[in-house]
Parts: sequence; structure tokens; C-alpha cells
Amino acid sequence: MTRDRSTAAPTEREPTGKIGHGMSAVIIPVVSLAVFLSTWEAIIHFGRIEPFIFPAPSKVAVALWSDLTNPDYWQALSITLTEILVGFAAGASLGIGLGTLLALSRIMDRILYPYVVAFQSIPKVAIAPLMIVWFGFGIESKILIVALTAMFPVLVNTITGLRSTDGDRLDLLHGLCASRLQTLRYVQFPHAMPYIFAGLNTAIVFAVIGAIVGEFVGARRGLGVVILKANFALDLAAVFSSLVVLAVIGVCLNAAVRAVEHRVCFWSGKKG
Amino acid sequence: MTGSIAALPAAAPQASAGPATLDIRNLSLTYKTSTREVLAIRNLSLSVQAGEFVSIVGPSGCGKSSLLKIVYGLVAASTGSVTMSGTPVTGPRRDIGMVFQAPVLLPWRTILENVLLPADVLKLDRDAMRTRAHDLLEMVGLKGFEHVYPDELSGGMQQRAGIVRALIHDPKLLLMDEPFAALDALTREQMALELQRIWMSSGKTVLFVTHSISEAVLLSDRIVLMSARPGTLLAEYETPRERPRSFDDLSSPRMAELSKAIRRGLNEASTRHDAR
Repeated sequence: MTRDRSTAAPTEREPTGKIGHGMSAVIIPVVSLAVFLSTWEAIIHFGRIEPFIFPAPSKVAVALWSDLTNPDYWQALSITLTEILVGFAAGASLGIGLGTLLALSRIMDRILYPYVVAFQSIPKVAIAPLMIVWFGFGIESKILIVALTAMFPVLVNTITGLRSTDGDRLDLLHGLCASRLQTLRYVQFPHAMPYIFAGLNTAIVFAVIGAIVGEFVGARRGLGVVILKANFALDLAAVFSSLVVLAVIGVCLNAAVRAVEHRVCFWSGKKG
Repeated sequence: MTGSIAALPAAAPQASAGPATLDIRNLSLTYKTSTREVLAIRNLSLSVQAGEFVSIVGPSGCGKSSLLKIVYGLVAASTGSVTMSGTPVTGPRRDIGMVFQAPVLLPWRTILENVLLPADVLKLDRDAMRTRAHDLLEMVGLKGFEHVYPDELSGGMQQRAGIVRALIHDPKLLLMDEPFAALDALTREQMALELQRIWMSSGKTVLFVTHSISEAVLLSDRIVLMSARPGTLLAEYETPRERPRSFDDLSSPRMAELSKAIRRGLNEASTRHDAR
């Protein structure tokens, strides 16, 4: 009965040790970044590559500065961030809720799982235009797209996590006359947490993609719109600037999810 | 502690006189595999008196663990009945505690929280249970480890916590399924002595499954021998009443004779039905 639906194996996580010691941990990335940027700058400069083909890092830096000092840019950024965060929260809650339902009820699993698989195999980008038609150019359609994209990794991992609970632990709870809800609360959910977080780590990255795709398909405001406009004006330095901002957002959000994971699943990776 | 030890032999219920706490009658268990039906236990009857320590020994796969799961209410018997304190066992119940072969501690709960799990699930008074948990943890030598997580403890210490968890809601009957099987020889002997001490001071009825004859002889009032599959009772052995016993006592002529008899019986039981 245990089908393997996980997208990631939470058992093979890294030990939570500190990375590197002393200065080398700082020096190596800084030096390599400097080398990378100056090589890039040199190639553009000496290769006489036009800025509308590929911008030099110095131009990107200037564009980034002008973006970050522009209140309109911050407004676009906050809209996109809202879409990402609200959509992620909605998608994650839906994924955990629906996953729990499917994991616990054999009947619901039989009825719903085929549709879940079918829906999962549709690229969410393909659904994006529909969402725009149904929910308009506002923030709602983007939140919905983000939620749908972020939901599936969480859903699948929730099911896997809840279903993989050790038989002895279930016997323990069953032997104590525990109700289904108690079993879920005391054993299954805590056990599933590392799986769920593996899903959330994927989901947060998907959420960023979903928001930008949604804005590409149809929006009036947001970072996606900023990128499209800059691209249209062949202002590639501005495009790169927004890509840098998006990368930073992705890294920060992923780090935030991991930080929560380390707090919640502090016991994970140890033997119980 | 010495008081209860001294008092026990006089107060110990005799096998014939005491009320039966656990009564297993004509029990059979058949389970289905994908290809066939397997008769795991055949027509087994056993009764255990209040306060008695009974060990079950038998060849591997004879249905000892299944028997415990039936008594614990996790598995339904195919035929026959299990009665506990006069009421039939139809499912899990509060007056039976179980110690599993693995400690089965939850890694996200501290030792104290693990030990209090039955109290949480059964919604017992938290403050009273907390006090009791501290007392029991002290009794098994885990004082000072209340707030550490299971992975920081050795296997023996984890199993002690498992025993405390089984005792926390004060069940009348304690089921133990090879609780020391995963421990090294030395720890195993220490744990057996510890269990004897716990049993003597708590007055619980214990049904204990083991592969170790010396463990069975050391701990039990009565040892029952099960046959190879389908498991049924082959023989019963009574031990001399002296308590507490030490592993040195096992070399006394009576104990040695008893161990020898059990070993002989176990060998016969293993070879008689051995199809391989």
C-alpha cells in the first residue's frame, strides 16, 4: 500500500554543523566573486559587446542602484513578494490539509488521487492564462497561480510522510487507545515534519517562479511587469538588476524556510 | 525499598490460590499471507495470577510476539478468548502496559515527555503524572535525564525509559516482548536485575517473552515453553521462590537443573516441528 510519492528523501539530510572555519569561509567566496565579476566586465569591455546584448556588471550595478532608490520599484517588489508569500502560505496549507485527508482516508485517496496526479501533470504555466481570465489582472490571480504551483510538492510529501510512520509507533499509540486525531498529533505529524519541510523547500522556489510567470501572463504591476517592460525597451541592465533581486528573494526565502525547519525538526537526522 | 523486598515472599500469591488476572482460553490465531493461511497459534491456554511473573520461551517464530499482541488488544484472536480481570479483551485497554523490543521512543520528545505520552493520550492528571514520572525515572536510574532527548541515551537507558512509560499509567499487567534483546550481554544482565527490583517493588503482573533461559529463570515465578509454529504450550516450569535472585544463584543445583530442563525442552521444541 505504500506507494513512493516523495520528491525528496528527508532521511539523507546534511548534519547541521557549522560550515567552514576562520577566514577561508569568507575569503574564498568573496575572491571568487570578484574574479568572476571582473572577468565578465573585461569580456564585455574588450569584446566590445553592446549593452543591449549583454550588460556589464558595472551597468547592472548602476541599474540596481537606481531601482533600489526608486519608490515605484519597491512598490512592484512588495506586490510580487505579497503574491509569493500569500500564495505560498495558501498553497502549503492546502497541500498539508489535502495531503492529510488523502493519507488518512482510503476512500478519499481512491476518489481524489487520480485527479491530483492528473492535475499535477499539467504545467501550471498552462493554467496561468485561465486564472487571468477568471480572476483578472489583479493580485488575486497571481496568488492563485502561486498557490497551485506551491501546493503539489507539499501535498505529495505530506502523504508520504504521514504514510511512512513506523509500525511500532502506531502500535504504541493504538495500544494506548489513542484516537485517530491523537495518533496524528502525537506521532504521525511530528514524524512527517521533515518530509513536509522537504516539500516546503521546493514549494518556496516554485512560488517565486509562479508569481513571475503569472505576472508575465497578465498583470499591471509587480517585478514580472518591470522585467517585461525593461526587456521591451532593450534595457538589459535593468532586466539583470531585477534578476539579481529575484535571486536574492529566492535565496532569502529558502533560507527562512530552512531556518524554521531546523527549529521544528531539530531531532531529524538523529536516531530515536 | 528493602521493606517491600522483605515483605514480598510472604505476601506473594501462590499459583493456585491467587485470583487469575489474565486468562487465555483455547486461543488460536490464523493469519493470511498472499498465498496461504498460516496457523500461528493453536489452542493455547494460559492463566496468570495477580502479581505473578511468567516468562514465555520458545523457538523463533512460534507466535510468542503474536500472543502478546493479542493480549495487548492489537491483534484479534481467530478463536478462543482472552480475559483480563474478569472482562474479555476486545481491544486496547488501560490496565495493560507494553514494553516493546525496541524502546520506541519519540525522538522529538524529551525523556520526560516520552514517559508522559500515555498520560497525554489517556488525558490523566498532568501534575500527578509528572510527580509519578519523576519517581519512576529515579527508580530506574534516569534521574537527571528527564530533559534530554532519546538519541542522547544508550540503548539500555532508552529501554528503561520504555519500561517507565509502560508503568506510568499504573497498569495491572505488564507485557514485555523481548525487551532486552537489542542490548549487549552485560547491560542485559543489569537490566534483568533492575526489572526484578522494579517488579518486586511494584507488585505488577508480568508476562515476559524472552529467548534467554537464564533471564527467564532469574526473573520468573513460572516459565512456559511454547512449541514451534503453530505455537502451543508444551511445558511449564516453576522456579524456587527465593527473591531477590542474582545471576550467581542460577548456578545453584536446583536452578541449574531447571535451566537444563528448559534448554532440553526448547531444543526438542525447535527440532520437532522443524520442516527445514
